[in-house]
Amino acid sequence: MRRPFHACVTIGGLLGAMLFIAAAPAAEPKHGGILRMYHRENPPSASIHEEATYSTVVPFMPIFNNLVMYDQHVAQNSLQSIVPDLATSWAWSKENTELTFKLRQGVKWHDGKPFTSKDVKCTFDMLMGKSSARFRKNPRRTWYDNVSDVTTNGDFETAFHLKRPQPALLALLASGYTPIYPCHVSPADMRSRPIGTGPFKFVEWKQNESIKLTRNPDYWKKGLPYLDGIEFTIIPNRSTAILAFVAKRLDMTFPTEVTVPLLKDVMAQDPEAICKLVPLNVSTNIIVNRDKPPFDNPDVRHALALTLDRKAFIDILEEGKGDVGGSMLPPPEGVWGMPKEMLETIPGYGPDVAKNRAEARKIMEKLGYGPDKPLAIKVSTRNLAVYRDPGVILIDQLKKIYIDAELEPVESGSWFAKVARKDYVLGLNLTGNSVDDPDQGFYENYACGSERNYTQYCNKELEKKFDEQSTETDLEKRKKLVWDIDKQLQEDVARPILFHIRQATCWQPYVKNVTVMVNSSYNGYRYEDAWLDK
Amino acid sequence: MAGYLARRFSLMILTLFGISVIVFVLLRLVPGNIADILFDSAGMINPADKKQIEQELGLDRPIAVQYAAWIGGLFEGDLGYSYKTDRPAIEEIAPRIPVTAKLAALALAFSVLFGVPLGVISAVRQNSALDYLLRVVSLSGLSMPSFWLGLLVLMAFVSAFGTIPIYTDPPQSLWDELLLLSVPAAAVGFRSSALIMRLTRSAMLEVLRQDYIRTARSKGATERSVNYHHALRNAILPLVTVIGIEAAFLIGGLIVTETVFNIPGVARFLIESIAWRDYPIVQNLVMFIAVIVVVANFIVDLLYAVLDPRIRYAR
Repeated sequence: MRRPFHACVTIGGLLGAMLFIAAAPAAEPKHGGILRMYHRENPPSASIHEEATYSTVVPFMPIFNNLVMYDQHVAQNSLQSIVPDLATSWAWSKENTELTFKLRQGVKWHDGKPFTSKDVKCTFDMLMGKSSARFRKNPRRTWYDNVSDVTTNGDFETAFHLKRPQPALLALLASGYTPIYPCHVSPADMRSRPIGTGPFKFVEWKQNESIKLTRNPDYWKKGLPYLDGIEFTIIPNRSTAILAFVAKRLDMTFPTEVTVPLLKDVMAQDPEAICKLVPLNVSTNIIVNRDKPPFDNPDVRHALALTLDRKAFIDILEEGKGDVGGSMLPPPEGVWGMPKEMLETIPGYGPDVAKNRAEARKIMEKLGYGPDKPLAIKVSTRNLAVYRDPGVILIDQLKKIYIDAELEPVESGSWFAKVARKDYVLGLNLTGNSVDDPDQGFYENYACGSERNYTQYCNKELEKKFDEQSTETDLEKRKKLVWDIDKQLQEDVARPILFHIRQATCWQPYVKNVTVMVNSSYNGYRYEDAWLDK
Repeated sequence: MAGYLARRFSLMILTLFGISVIVFVLLRLVPGNIADILFDSAGMINPADKKQIEQELGLDRPIAVQYAAWIGGLFEGDLGYSYKTDRPAIEEIAPRIPVTAKLAALALAFSVLFGVPLGVISAVRQNSALDYLLRVVSLSGLSMPSFWLGLLVLMAFVSAFGTIPIYTDPPQSLWDELLLLSVPAAAVGFRSSALIMRLTRSAMLEVLRQDYIRTARSKGATERSVNYHHALRNAILPLVTVIGIEAAFLIGGLIVTETVFNIPGVARFLIESIAWRDYPIVQNLVMFIAVIVVVANFIVDLLYAVLDPRIRYAR
């Protein structure tokens, strides 16, 4: 009789424990501890506004606040995930040409001075080139081409005046690339000793060694941050950095820096680590010189588009984990990417690569090329593995249509000057989209005269459509406009997109409250509520 | 001797002047300057902004004027400002020198302490199993790329001990520093010790065949006395040359080791400064290394006279 009784007690106990666990609240965040990460390189500067690399955004975003930001725990950035930051609320005017922000009161800069609307105006006047204080470089000046002025109404209200409606302005303001700078600190000082209003204060930056941030005890979000600080050890050698993580000398890898092949090593050597593989919203693409032979001929450009086997790039370089898409990141992670069925109607995107290449060969033969008379060109690219490797695959694919290409690696320091001079025939390029929004992608990369429109592709008719989608407030209508534009860009061979890269972030299981963004590698590094369960 | 010293000193000055011109010109021949690199991280080039940066940094001045400004500053102890950080170049360079110097000294000590005795043993036990083993070890040291060896060492530490001997925080004590630097020093010293071992072996074999060695043995000298007091002393001259050259080049040659073990020394800093076209840092660092090499060679030459009484330096 005892055994059934004991069994009942045991089962009852187990059930009770399960109920207790189910009902128990999530673990309370713990205060304290330093989050230790490695940094992949010595950042070019600490001034987020003057750089276009997340090597600057990752370590210095915790120092700042924006007017608005993307919810740091919603993985997909969109207009719907924008939350207040230094702005407590905002409202569009009836014509949608004025965006007014009510600003948070009682916020202090890290040096104790008060934050006011003047700081917002200063920041955007510098970005728009209207201020006497100048940035040394201003890579996102074009983001504000539609802003005629930023005005203040007292210390805690500011308004953006637009030339035409632009709902996506909020998306640009929410980006990790749009912190608010203090009026009273010069741009030069912000490059080496940044001051913000954010959860962490700058402590020191030992060049090529480390960057240290400490908790801001006066942060306006009471109780935050949980961490005592964040420390980045600069370890340029990737193997050394990953080994340091696996040996638990570091709590986290540099965000989205673990490649697909390395991810397998990390998981094998540190099975407890948590890793998330996500798209970076960085595409590997081809820049085509349309002003020089042979690609001034649209037929040759068409043949180029037809020979591309995107799956081969993904299989070889990403072990099958990358994504095929147009200039906008494809769904499900991307908000604006064309659906698959639409993509496959574009020349070169269809699954039958052999058929596409046969068509391409016919085009080349008509132009007088063939196996005995190939077209000799150079494929230029930056002398970095992430550029060279796809360049080699591209050369192999060009061979299939009688194009004999030679890889021309160009030292990084000379690359943009060479591209600006249009001293290339084909270039293998990477394009990072700082915000998953067409206003950023289209205007930066395809608008006539844009400094980052490397090919100087200029289609005035299409640019009118850029404005049309930018003005559209209905999300679904805007999506369709965006898809049409993206399709036309790909059909035009404006900048053939080879694939969208995926890479991983890994962290130790005791690091809590980290969310990796799935459609931008530039927006998710505030870490104000990250904590260490140890 | 005074005449020799004066002549060597003036040759050293001439050599350093020549190096200064070469490094200055070569840097400016390399495509791109700091402005190009700054825009590289911005993903675009704005010609007007670029010109402004070049003007601010004095890069638009004639090359001879830039050179004169640099050399003039050197004589006044002013090494200029880093283009990248806007901090005085001396503040960027000086803290890194002791790090590399300690690493180089440890590596050299490792290579001499292992290379010389093992070379002597290999020569004395010529064609024995031990000799073959030591020759294979020395060949492997010469064949293995140091970055590969360094990574293997790191992987072995992680697998075996769950720890990794790399620099992430400044060491708190001398003992911590010694522990931190000993592993990378051994990794880089392994190659040097292999070279020294082979040279020691071949120099010793030549000397051990000499008549005076046979005479020493026949007079009843112990094997230890014969090998170290008589033979090694006479075999050491070519070794001193090689050790001197290795010591000089170690300062600049530790790039790979500093990168793999993440040590913030001058060698790695030099490479990053070249990539940045940070002219003040590169010029001053290269001159520093040149001074080390020139002085090391001079010391080696003086040592010859100490080690070999037949060598005397006259006018």
